[in-house]
Amino acid sequence: MVHNEAYNQPVADASLIACLHCDLLQRMPELKPGASARCPRCNKELWRHRVDSLNRTLALTLAAAVLYVVANTVPMLGLTIVGREASTTVIGGALHLWDNGQQIVGMLVMFTAVVAPALQIGLMLAIVLGAMRARPPGWVGTLLRRHPTTRIWSMIEVMMVGVLVALVKIADYATVVPGMALFVLWVLVFILAGMSASFDSREVWERIQWVDKAQRDTGDSLAERTS
Amino acid sequence: MQQGLQSCEGCGLLSRPAPGENEGRCPRCDEELAFRKPASYQRTWAYLAAAAICYIPANVLPVLTTTTPSGTESDTILQGVVLLWSPTGWPLSLIVLFASIMIPSAKILALAYLLITAQRGSVANNEQRIQMYRMVDFIGRWSMVDVFVDTFTAALIQLQPLMSVEPGPGLIFFAAVVVFTMLAVESFDPRLIWDSVSQKEADSKEVAYA
Repeated sequence: MVHNEAYNQPVADASLIACLHCDLLQRMPELKPGASARCPRCNKELWRHRVDSLNRTLALTLAAAVLYVVANTVPMLGLTIVGREASTTVIGGALHLWDNGQQIVGMLVMFTAVVAPALQIGLMLAIVLGAMRARPPGWVGTLLRRHPTTRIWSMIEVMMVGVLVALVKIADYATVVPGMALFVLWVLVFILAGMSASFDSREVWERIQWVDKAQRDTGDSLAERTS
Repeated sequence: MQQGLQSCEGCGLLSRPAPGENEGRCPRCDEELAFRKPASYQRTWAYLAAAAICYIPANVLPVLTTTTPSGTESDTILQGVVLLWSPTGWPLSLIVLFASIMIPSAKILALAYLLITAQRGSVANNEQRIQMYRMVDFIGRWSMVDVFVDTFTAALIQLQPLMSVEPGPGLIFFAAVVVFTMLAVESFDPRLIWDSVSQKEADSKEVAYA
């Protein structure tokens, strides 16, 4: 594949955008915090101007980070049957697959339930802290560009439904002992949803330092306009 | 695209490639730009075919093997749904039925429909088709439920010699179906649905000006 190194020329009118779902060319209106804009043709939400985005996202991200550490260090599920006990953590589940000849599925579980959520939280923390500066540096953009991928593959909420089903299955044979991590993970599901919902990526992009330094002037004037 | 402008999938900036070039980089976030996702049709079809092939062993081979003193028993996904069906467990049984059997097959059919209509340049039902794409995108991750169910059931029920549960050979194919369909959705460019409409509108404008 040929990699083109040349930078594109931004359009002169910074409010001009094309919908990413249907490519309709349109002008993004100035939105009050809390308001949102949709594409008139395909109804995609183009931008929701979040209220107090960075502070709220930072608070929720820090909470998520603490809960994440707890959720992965204490047992999630246990059972007792005729005097015998067993318990497992999230990582323990993935390791068990690995040890029983299911390395690939084990890695998938590890990735979607442990690694991707960690990246989702960690990257978001770095992005928000970087974005709190008056002029967010370029690396914030590099991380922000990749962040949606971690969100797609971070599946804690799906895992929790799976755990619920497993609980009911096991309850037929043994007494189930819900672990501390089970409750922490349920809270984490909602905190992560809140974290994503309070973050406003467009606001960050409008203030960020451009990669192409030659276009920097455009970016600076834009930052002044929006600040 | 008709105006020769490219919007960045990373940061949303609209920009124009250098004269004579078809692609460039986003001046704001350094993303490689193209008018449409590269080789979107081919890549989506490839992932979709892989998912459809894996779908068969995923449903035929057992995903869980239970060993008790009285013998060994293997369950496929569908047998797991039936086992879970009880006066109290039926809602969860339905969840597994939807997530593991109906969503993956519906996803494969829906994406095939979107690909075929877009490739034939259809201009009908665009709103429904983009809605379908968003639904497939949103719901896809939930098929992973069964992988997690089997993971934690197997990890917990290790009570040799009383009873033990091990993951079966169908699990990897099932996981592959989920991953391949998710990659298929990612490589499909929804703007392809609208290209024929945009082209038509551009043509009619040219006629009006002429």
